[in-house]
Amino acid sequence: MMLDDFMMRATLAGIGVALAAAPLGCFVVWRRMAYFGDATAHAAILGVALSLALSISVFAGALVIALLMALTVNLLTGRGYAMDTLLGVLAHSALAFGLVAVSFLSGIRIDLMAYLFGDILAVSRTDLAVIWGGAALVVALIAWRWSALLTATLNEDLAHASGLEPKREQLILTLSLAITVAVAIKVVGVLLIAALLIIPAAAARPLSRTPEGMALVAAGIGSVSALVGLRAAYILDTPAGPSIVCVAALIFAALSIVGSLRTSAQ
Amino acid sequence: MSLVKVENLSISYGAKTVLSQVSLSIEPGEIVTIVGPNGSGKTSLLRSIIGAVKPSQGRVTQRSDLRVGYVPQRLHIDPTLPMTVARFLRLPTRVAPEAIDEALAQAGVPDLAAAQMSRLSGGQFQRVLLARALIDKPHLLLLDEATQGLDQPGSAAFYSQIEKVRRETGCTVLMISHELHVVMSASDRVICLNGHVCCEGTPEVVASAPEYRALFGSGTMGALALYRHDHDHTHDHDHRHENTEAAE
Repeated sequence: MMLDDFMMRATLAGIGVALAAAPLGCFVVWRRMAYFGDATAHAAILGVALSLALSISVFAGALVIALLMALTVNLLTGRGYAMDTLLGVLAHSALAFGLVAVSFLSGIRIDLMAYLFGDILAVSRTDLAVIWGGAALVVALIAWRWSALLTATLNEDLAHASGLEPKREQLILTLSLAITVAVAIKVVGVLLIAALLIIPAAAARPLSRTPEGMALVAAGIGSVSALVGLRAAYILDTPAGPSIVCVAALIFAALSIVGSLRTSAQ
Repeated sequence: MSLVKVENLSISYGAKTVLSQVSLSIEPGEIVTIVGPNGSGKTSLLRSIIGAVKPSQGRVTQRSDLRVGYVPQRLHIDPTLPMTVARFLRLPTRVAPEAIDEALAQAGVPDLAAAQMSRLSGGQFQRVLLARALIDKPHLLLLDEATQGLDQPGSAAFYSQIEKVRRETGCTVLMISHELHVVMSASDRVICLNGHVCCEGTPEVVASAPEYRALFGSGTMGALALYRHDHDHTHDHDHRHENTEAAE
């Protein structure tokens, strides 16, 4: 059957992550929280180490720590330090603590590289179920709160005046980000998750007239990147996760050039 | 019944108290303007009415069925966020296309539905914000220095649009403004704020109040009198002469 083929599983995994990352990535770009994705992802390494030590599923460990990280950042914003400083402190210390924690795990041989750069070709059927389950949850959450999230992104006071609670909407985003990071670790790895969030969304901007359009185009670009990147990795014998990100980056470059040509033609 | 009732409202940010013991109420149909120097708590007062800041003391109550339209002081739309005017007006609730056209017409920018928000001029942008505030057919329209960044004719045109909207829809208007001469001509009631309510009443009463003069000086009085002379055909105020005398 088709899921027996590791390339097929890898492709489906890549597309699953791309679909969840697209709408979420749009908000990350619009709200200028690119570092937020980084911080959550770096914290996930600590989660990986802990889950290996406690023999629980890597997905669960990464999810819990990513969630804690995201909530901590949410809590600490607006209390003295600038957001980027705060994220820098939290992201890199979480990564460092994670790496140190991993070194204590004597007896268990773990391939840390697999979590830093992802190992999409090793995706199992269970992984696939987790990825698509997580992706479906994220897409459903964001679709459910879409208008409220957009309003809160535009202006918090406008959201209040419409009877919305911007803090709660922010929490939905934070939660979705943690879930996406946790399911994407295996596919692209911690270091490249933020790339998969941001690059397709940024690439979609010149082609979009509405927020919904941008999210759909980003999903398309993400999926194409996963397909083409995996194919290229297979043919050229390059690492899979980085190849996907390279394809996305090339699409971004091409569309930016098209976009600026169109703008200057007007 | 009052649309909004503010009772003994105090607001603090950390150790800093921006408003203390403010009480006021907004009655149906009036145009009320809040004036006051920078940092006098005007925006905080408005934000507490929409529920964006929690009072440290006192309370704000709205009539239970009240619909509020809010025009913020400034709105920055990130250039990475594509947004047509029509889509903006449908946030957060979907509305019929006719409602969008109607709101844009009321705000004086009937042909902008398909335009990108990022391409609008300052005046158009403010009117689109006004259209968005009007789309729910609000009972109360809140404007926070809605003409910031507009030139003199632009802001005069904007305020006459507000008066027109009030005439057509009968909605109540509560606004913050720095432009004293415009304010004085357009308002039924002026509230002078400086951490507390310094004075309030008809424009004439406030303009001649010592508290108001202490804040704004008497320099604006000449301009005020001139302005009211220009427009005395649109207003019916018994005490116009008193005011003119006071100004002279």
